[in-house]
Amino acid sequence: MGNTIIKIENLSKKYIIGHDRDAQGAFQYHSLRDNLMHHARGIYQRLRHPLQVNRENTELEEFWALKDINLEIKQGDRIGIIGRNGAGKSTLLKILSRITEPTTGKITIAGRVASLLEVGTGFHPELNGRENIYLNGAILGMTRLEIKKKFDEIVAFAEVEKFLDTPVKRYSSGMYVRLAFAVAAHLEPEILLVDEVLAVGDAQFQKKCLGKMEDMSGEGRTVFFVSHNMLNIRQLCNQGILLNSGEIVLNSDVSTVVDNYLYSSLPTNRNDKNSSQAHIKDVKILSLVNNNFQPFLSRFKLSITLYTPHGISNAAISYQIIDSSGKTLIYNLLHSSEQEFCHIPGEFTVESVIPVLHLYPNSYFINVFFANSDIRVRLDKLLNCCHFTVPFPEETRTYYWRKDDAVYIEKNKWSCRHVSQK
Amino acid sequence: MKEYHLTIEAGKLHQRYLKDLWVYRELFLFLAWRDILIRYKRTIIGIAWSVIRPLLTMLVFTVVFGKIAKLPSNGVPYAIMVYCAMLPWQLLANTVSEGGNALINNNSLVSKVYFPRIIIPTTSLIVSLIDFGISMSLLGLLMLWYQFFPSWTIIFMPIFLILTCVPALGLVYWISGLNVKYRDFRYVVPFIVQFGLYISPVGFSSSVIPDKWRLIYSLNPMVGVIDGFRWMVIGGGSNIFLSGFLLSLGLSMLLFLSGFLFFRKIEREFADFI
Repeated sequence: MGNTIIKIENLSKKYIIGHDRDAQGAFQYHSLRDNLMHHARGIYQRLRHPLQVNRENTELEEFWALKDINLEIKQGDRIGIIGRNGAGKSTLLKILSRITEPTTGKITIAGRVASLLEVGTGFHPELNGRENIYLNGAILGMTRLEIKKKFDEIVAFAEVEKFLDTPVKRYSSGMYVRLAFAVAAHLEPEILLVDEVLAVGDAQFQKKCLGKMEDMSGEGRTVFFVSHNMLNIRQLCNQGILLNSGEIVLNSDVSTVVDNYLYSSLPTNRNDKNSSQAHIKDVKILSLVNNNFQPFLSRFKLSITLYTPHGISNAAISYQIIDSSGKTLIYNLLHSSEQEFCHIPGEFTVESVIPVLHLYPNSYFINVFFANSDIRVRLDKLLNCCHFTVPFPEETRTYYWRKDDAVYIEKNKWSCRHVSQK
Repeated sequence: MKEYHLTIEAGKLHQRYLKDLWVYRELFLFLAWRDILIRYKRTIIGIAWSVIRPLLTMLVFTVVFGKIAKLPSNGVPYAIMVYCAMLPWQLLANTVSEGGNALINNNSLVSKVYFPRIIIPTTSLIVSLIDFGISMSLLGLLMLWYQFFPSWTIIFMPIFLILTCVPALGLVYWISGLNVKYRDFRYVVPFIVQFGLYISPVGFSSSVIPDKWRLIYSLNPMVGVIDGFRWMVIGGGSNIFLSGFLLSLGLSMLLFLSGFLFFRKIEREFADFI
């Protein structure tokens, strides 16, 4: 354990785009006719304007999908690769799985690589389940013997025993995906590359797949996992790599990387409201220490500053504490019928105190909404602001604190007694 | 546990190509098995097709060239003479027309999994060989019908079979590669196959070609192969034109090698292209 299994040095990948794009920006295929026409036109132009420089090359545009990537991956690491669309995540996996060649750089891999860039690659609709298991297994790099050995396990995992001799074109889409993933899940490579394949299938099956993948990494396999689902990434990976326009922005433990990504990708929704209108001026958490830490099980105090140019008879203010996946955990609302604010023009400060914040150690954000409930109009909102972290407590329990075990924690009292001898 | 080591370096992937071909041999067999399964999945149509096609072509050629044009056949039943040529020709034509589009039909494989791409057009040869086997048994029936006993030289069948595969592979590598690069190239393929049928000595014996043209005629690699097949089945009666035969063989090899190298050269871009 712990020895380097993949070493990537100065890896770059260039694509040439440009004149072979159509109006929608999608790639177009070359056709022989186009090519011939192009050359013919070129010759014609050359004859007409012999002094003009050929413009053909200036229409081409280079696009670096990956720029100077350096990485060292240790055996048993489970790496989550995140980044926005077009950041180069899939290109990296494609190069690692040798589907496409790098433009520069060198990669050394010490192990068998299997890539799962799509569920059911090579499935043929006319063939039945049994035949497709063998075929897909071979495509993913299993030998015939390996497939034979695992066959029953695969069928049981996919829950398609009854339909083995039915052509897969008659399968429901759920069965199809289950079968396809089952084959892939029984690969036993040292390195597994997975690209956003869990997005399909029902929730229960997704859970099963994640469990299977966790087992695999438990066996010391190295996993590369690309997904836009941060929950899955958090659950599965221990390392994170954040890519942006082909470059590694951050390479660290998975929570740091996920938080960083979410924080940077969420627009701090400070809409440019005209300052003459009613708006949220500022939101601050007053209870934070060390920049953005809210101590575990401690007093939480939020301060919201509002401005209104005119009196609002029925103002309402609310805030949500959300986790990094966007789920609301706490929601508080204040109506001006309970405590007066914004009833006359001017600036107001509204403060909310939670005596003991019971949130589990993690990262959180705040959404604030300001509304006129009389005419049911939202005056302003501020989304994903005030990023703060509830750290793990200093004192250690007899067992370790683990990330994402819960979202909420409550003090409790245990009591034990001996009920009977037997 | 076997140690796997792999180095991916820009522009140096091709160094381990031949080794990879060996590593991926099982996938090759699986893909061939898949293609055969699919082809014969609806059994009756599948097998009937590989019987009807050469049989009908043979009938037409026998009537047109043998009966109407009254071309010579050196005392051999004209149908058998044509059918001997149909065997290698069908092998080549099927391989080319199936294999030419194979990469595009399998584009999900090409863009999602690594393996030596040359496996894909090559599998079409395996499927065509199955067809060849079926057509071959039909030749046996034909001989029974005409009560024609083949020459002892028929034992050289495997050698001539290999000689047919060589230009077939060369051609299919060229065509499938060009097909990925230029999508409208596939419209040219049926034309090439059709045209080839008429410029190859399928419907007639190559001995009808005047001697002074025969060497030039042998620039078509299929001439040597087809002559070879006839010689093998019919025997000395259709004597072989040796220098032409050797020229055809040489060109076949050249076609194969150039096809392989061309395919290798553009293969690296397939995933970005397809």
